[in-house]
Amino acid sequence: MGAIYILWLRELKRYTRSRSQLVASLGQPILYLLALGFGLGPVFRKAGEGSYMQFVSPGIIAMVVLFAAMFSGIALLWDRQFGFLKETLVAPVPRVSIMIGRSLGGATVAMLQGILMSAACLIAGFRPAGLVSLPLGLLFMVLIATLFVAMGVAMGSGLQDMQGFQLIMSFLVMPIFFFSGALFPLDGLPRALAAAAAIDPLTYGVDGIRHALIGAGHFSTVTDLVVLVAVSAALVCVGAWRFSKIEV
Amino acid sequence: MIRVENLSRTFGKLEAVRNISFEVGEGEIFAFLGPNGAGKTTTIRMLTTLLAPTSGTVTLNGLDPAVHPHEARKHFGIVFQDPSLDQDLTAQENMEYHAVLYHVPRAVRRQRIEMLLKLFELWDRRNDLVKKFSGGMRRRLEIARGLLHTPKILFLDEPTLGLDPQSRNQMWTHIRRMNETERVTVFLTTHYMEEADRVAQRIAIIDHGKIVATGTSEELKARTQTSSLEDAFLALTGTSIRAESADPAAQMRTFARMWRR
Repeated sequence: MGAIYILWLRELKRYTRSRSQLVASLGQPILYLLALGFGLGPVFRKAGEGSYMQFVSPGIIAMVVLFAAMFSGIALLWDRQFGFLKETLVAPVPRVSIMIGRSLGGATVAMLQGILMSAACLIAGFRPAGLVSLPLGLLFMVLIATLFVAMGVAMGSGLQDMQGFQLIMSFLVMPIFFFSGALFPLDGLPRALAAAAAIDPLTYGVDGIRHALIGAGHFSTVTDLVVLVAVSAALVCVGAWRFSKIEV
Repeated sequence: MIRVENLSRTFGKLEAVRNISFEVGEGEIFAFLGPNGAGKTTTIRMLTTLLAPTSGTVTLNGLDPAVHPHEARKHFGIVFQDPSLDQDLTAQENMEYHAVLYHVPRAVRRQRIEMLLKLFELWDRRNDLVKKFSGGMRRRLEIARGLLHTPKILFLDEPTLGLDPQSRNQMWTHIRRMNETERVTVFLTTHYMEEADRVAQRIAIIDHGKIVATGTSEELKARTQTSSLEDAFLALTGTSIRAESADPAAQMRTFARMWRR
């Protein structure tokens, strides 16, 4: 227990201490929110879909959680390079505790980022449909965070260098974001794109947050929950297994 | 306390460690010497559960680290050759986290941290982030951290690299005391022959992945008919400088530093 707590605390301390990273990681999503939210607003309205700011905000919140969670998992690579990973791996603590501690820390950080982004959305003019379903929105953020921290750990456990990190960013994280329907409605898509969205776990996260915050979505809330929980559970197992096999 | 039998490790075509065997008794200080790239660190990684051997067995206090890694980890502590501190934490936090990870009882935690930070003259800087520390200070902190708990076996992989004589002296005094009072077995590697000569009871010399000699410093000198351990070492391993491929981890570290500005 002590180990889990201490590794959780470490993630949090590292996060709160690097203000520049905090600002930088919110800068890009805020740009998306402002440029797309206001830029595509008129077209969206003309198409009869209502307010694009309302539509895209849950997507951008999910994006922030995705990036922060994935990044914290992949940050294993930094720890490997700076040596701290070795220090934890030889400690007389089960590797599962180490992985849990780190992952909880990463998920907490991702949640904090998501909440900050939600605040930014409110400032930009986003209005949630009701307050009752806010906890549900938070639950979906937690699920997204868990799922992608686990995915990050599974990926990060095998990474040896910076090139691998770049590959994951361009061929995994970005597609996950773009195909998730964070930026566009899932109705009437070309078949290939619809299929990509359907196998993208973030799709269900974005959809869930939309249900909770604006009361509209593509799948049902239950489908979203079931898919996210199942995929998270599977990825946590894969992550734990991959983490237990790390050699440094 | 440590028994190694026919241990080998290959990386692709490279045979880093070839069929080595040795034993270290309880309470012994054992020096493992060799030129760069001889296989010292690879051996330590296999002894400390960080790397699985290609073949052969290791026994630490009766446990095979490849079979029971978690149990085996309870019996040793290690000071790594390359940095393993968290630079975004303070010196004090690095010590505290280590104490928690290594189950140092809460009652003695604070007092031991204070004692060690004072011993290595880091107490005044305990609340500074490690990234603001100089290379020597980081090294001192690393050693202070490694001595925080009292394991049965202490691995020291080139611990004195980059340390000034004062700190080296403090470190060895402290390690000798641990060895005498608590019977800690010490397994060390170093490039400073006089250091090995002074502290180690027995020495093994490894070259090209093979152990070329084992014995006390006197025995090695007698065998090579030399007057110092350094000469004995050169007589056993030759005078040519070893070709070492650039370490990808080191390249990455340089890159990462640029990235983080």
